[in-house]
Amino acid sequence: MRDAPSRLIPALAAAALALTACSAPDAGPGTAGETGSEGPTGELTVFAAASLTDVFEDLAREFEAANPGVEVVFNFAGSSELAAQINSGAPADVFAAANTSTMDQVVEGEGLAPEWAGEHGANGAVFATNTLRIAVPADNPAGIEDLGDLAGEDTAVAFCAEEVPCGAATVTALDAAGLDITPVTYEEDVRAVLTKVELGEVDAGLVYETDVIAAGEAVTGIAFPEADEAVNDYPIALLANAPAPDPAEAWIDFVLSGTGAEALAGAGFGTP
Amino acid sequence: MTRSPRRSGPALRARSGRPPWPLVLPALAGVAFLVLPLLGLVVRAPWADMGGRVTEPEVLAALWLSLSTATVATALCLVLGVPLAWLLARTEFPGRRLVRALVTVPLVIPPVVGGVALLLVLGRNGLLGRYLDAWFGITIPFTSAAVVLAQVFVAMPFLVISVEGALRGADRRYEEAAATLGAGRVTVFTRVTLPMVLPGIGAGAILCWARALGEFGATITFAGNFPGTTQTMPLAVYMAMQRDPEAAIVLSLVLLLVSLAVLATLRERWVNTA
Amino acid sequence: MSVLSADLRLNRGDFALDVSLSVAAGEVLALLGPNGAGKSSALRALAGLLPLTGGHVRVDGRDHTRTPVERRPIGMVFQDYLLFQHMSALDNVAFGPRCQGESKADARARAAELLDHMDLADHARSRPRGLSGGQAQRVALARALAVRPRLLLLDEPMAALDVSTRLHVRGRLRHLLEEFDGAAVLVTHDPLDAMVLADRIAVVEGGRVVQEGAPAEVARRPRTPYVARLVGLNLFRGTADGTVVALDGGTVVRVHRAHRGPALVAFPPRAVALYRSRPDGSPRNLWELEVDGVERFGDQVRVHLTGPLDLAADISPAALAELGLVRGDSVWAGVKAAEAECYPG
Repeated sequence: MRDAPSRLIPALAAAALALTACSAPDAGPGTAGETGSEGPTGELTVFAAASLTDVFEDLAREFEAANPGVEVVFNFAGSSELAAQINSGAPADVFAAANTSTMDQVVEGEGLAPEWAGEHGANGAVFATNTLRIAVPADNPAGIEDLGDLAGEDTAVAFCAEEVPCGAATVTALDAAGLDITPVTYEEDVRAVLTKVELGEVDAGLVYETDVIAAGEAVTGIAFPEADEAVNDYPIALLANAPAPDPAEAWIDFVLSGTGAEALAGAGFGTP
Repeated sequence: MTRSPRRSGPALRARSGRPPWPLVLPALAGVAFLVLPLLGLVVRAPWADMGGRVTEPEVLAALWLSLSTATVATALCLVLGVPLAWLLARTEFPGRRLVRALVTVPLVIPPVVGGVALLLVLGRNGLLGRYLDAWFGITIPFTSAAVVLAQVFVAMPFLVISVEGALRGADRRYEEAAATLGAGRVTVFTRVTLPMVLPGIGAGAILCWARALGEFGATITFAGNFPGTTQTMPLAVYMAMQRDPEAAIVLSLVLLLVSLAVLATLRERWVNTA
Repeated sequence: MSVLSADLRLNRGDFALDVSLSVAAGEVLALLGPNGAGKSSALRALAGLLPLTGGHVRVDGRDHTRTPVERRPIGMVFQDYLLFQHMSALDNVAFGPRCQGESKADARARAAELLDHMDLADHARSRPRGLSGGQAQRVALARALAVRPRLLLLDEPMAALDVSTRLHVRGRLRHLLEEFDGAAVLVTHDPLDAMVLADRIAVVEGGRVVQEGAPAEVARRPRTPYVARLVGLNLFRGTADGTVVALDGGTVVRVHRAHRGPALVAFPPRAVALYRSRPDGSPRNLWELEVDGVERFGDQVRVHLTGPLDLAADISPAALAELGLVRGDSVWAGVKAAEAECYPG
């Protein structure tokens, strides 16, 4: 996938991103040590899957409190978009993906920091898992109880498009259940599925446990056994060309620590 | 309007020499900025297997859906937008300025927000949608009709603004002349005003059609994404981007070429001759 | 009884119009006046294109003050003619009858008849763009007449024409207007148009009619400096006592016909004779004045004089050469009493 055409379109997006990233004042690792503290300092750029938005922002506040010299800057988006941006040269330190295949793209493309990878794994370290749930509107108008109910004639269902991770997981789960369900729409990401459920435009959708929790009262999540066949691993890795490798490594350690695991569990993520 | 017999033009035209560079340089830069990205697509397109990719049934379905919905949306915009433009340009009513400002709202709000707004009104649980569902069993989201409505929402301002401009620019004395000949307001509008502003309507319709054709955010939000019924070309391009950027380039080029062909033909017929 | 009887009152901020008009069947009334005098407003008010703030508009005794434009018994020829560019000449003329509910065939037949009458049969299918100024004017007139109006309104019908074609077109328009049996009101700022086309002239200045009468009367006895300038006369206001008129400036003019009280005195520039030194001879009006300027005027030379009174004198170029006048020279100007027209002021 490192051939030139595939990099053409993401290049524009990466260029735009690079502009914003570069506009931050020089706070790279070079300035470290001036404050006299022992921890890492500088600005750290984390590219993370959109589903991590809330939990990562909470964690960043704690992390920054513990490391006064560090500022964490996030770029949240769909994992495949982020992978394309990183492979187009976007200046990122850490990549946290919502599935292993997008991490694999980065491993083949921009690459991981070799030393770090040797220690934690050539394809990143899995720090969380996410499981599919059937999301239904709070009043569950179609009376959905399990995956089989989604096949009902008059049941309007929204799935993620196969091209995005939650869509791939959906296909795996349906295959495991031996079901062939035609939704009314293949949404571009899991949040879009959730929106349709929240607004009651569909009777059900397949989303992640974390999304159900994030949605609060508006949505009810229903667990189903086939979801175990389609558990999503979330890998995290230090990138080869990380401008600020020291704070980046500290951040990854923090995410993998007990504090990180606790926060992730609170948001509905599973532990690997 | 002088009625002197027309003299041969070129001989009398003032000689202005070369166009001035303070205008030419920015103009060239502007053209380059607009054309180079397209050139990028053309250069990097996988021409070798282009033919095979273009004739894939999904591509043809998306293309057909895009062209037909954009055309229907433009027709709807004409039916609703031309009278609206007339009201804005030719009548005084309380709140006219507010209405004009509201008409341009779809231009400034992100289309995705427009799509959510449409869901909130016309969705199955929407303000109006719930009655459509309860009384007539009609649900709009996830249908081709929803695609059209999303396009109308984002594209109509282009039509209204250009037709209103044309109406304001039109010489109202012709309408007075028609009135002195016994024409009522409707006759004046259909027989005199409309033919006068036809070029403006044509230009507006073309803009409107182009905007509808490229519509993405409101469509995917309000109509969803299902091949054949709601997956238009821009949605297909977006989905292809997730999986296979080369396919996305192919789809983009197809959309580009078809729309260029249509626009060139229409512009020739509507705008220049009228 | 007059076809048109109107009292037009309009108030728009700093502009006020107060004009009473009466036009008989077959009569053409010209509203003559400078730009901004209100003559076009008066015409638009008659058409119903401008709402009146007071007064009335009656046509054939029926009140049309509040009738909407499209239901008034009028036909209007606009400045620039305003022919519909997207229709042929024939369809332009047929437009009115169609609006009045005639069938397409009838409307077209009537239009063809009118165009034929105006020698435009060959141009029935032409687009307005392809017509000459005179042809466009006749199409516009045909279009206005096609609705069988009782009141025909013409707004500066000659203004859009080349000077070279005006003479011919004006004569033709006069001929066509003579055939019209309703009332016609024509607005113009050109005295020649008014003299040739109209049976009666109403001079409008500052929103009011300052003089009204037959063209010859207006031409001979102007009542305001504007009219005097239009018709090319020297005009003075004063008080008459017999054949002597004491002008407002203090000078005295001797006239042929005796009057008493406020009076106007008018004489043409060609009636003024100029001398380098004071002439002897018959009793005449004689003033010593200063040359203010000299300009070419047709085959004559017009000398503008200033002093106790301002006047214009027309002399031949030969006479100018002989006198050798330049600006600032002193000169004697004489006018025979018989040439000075005196009328009540």
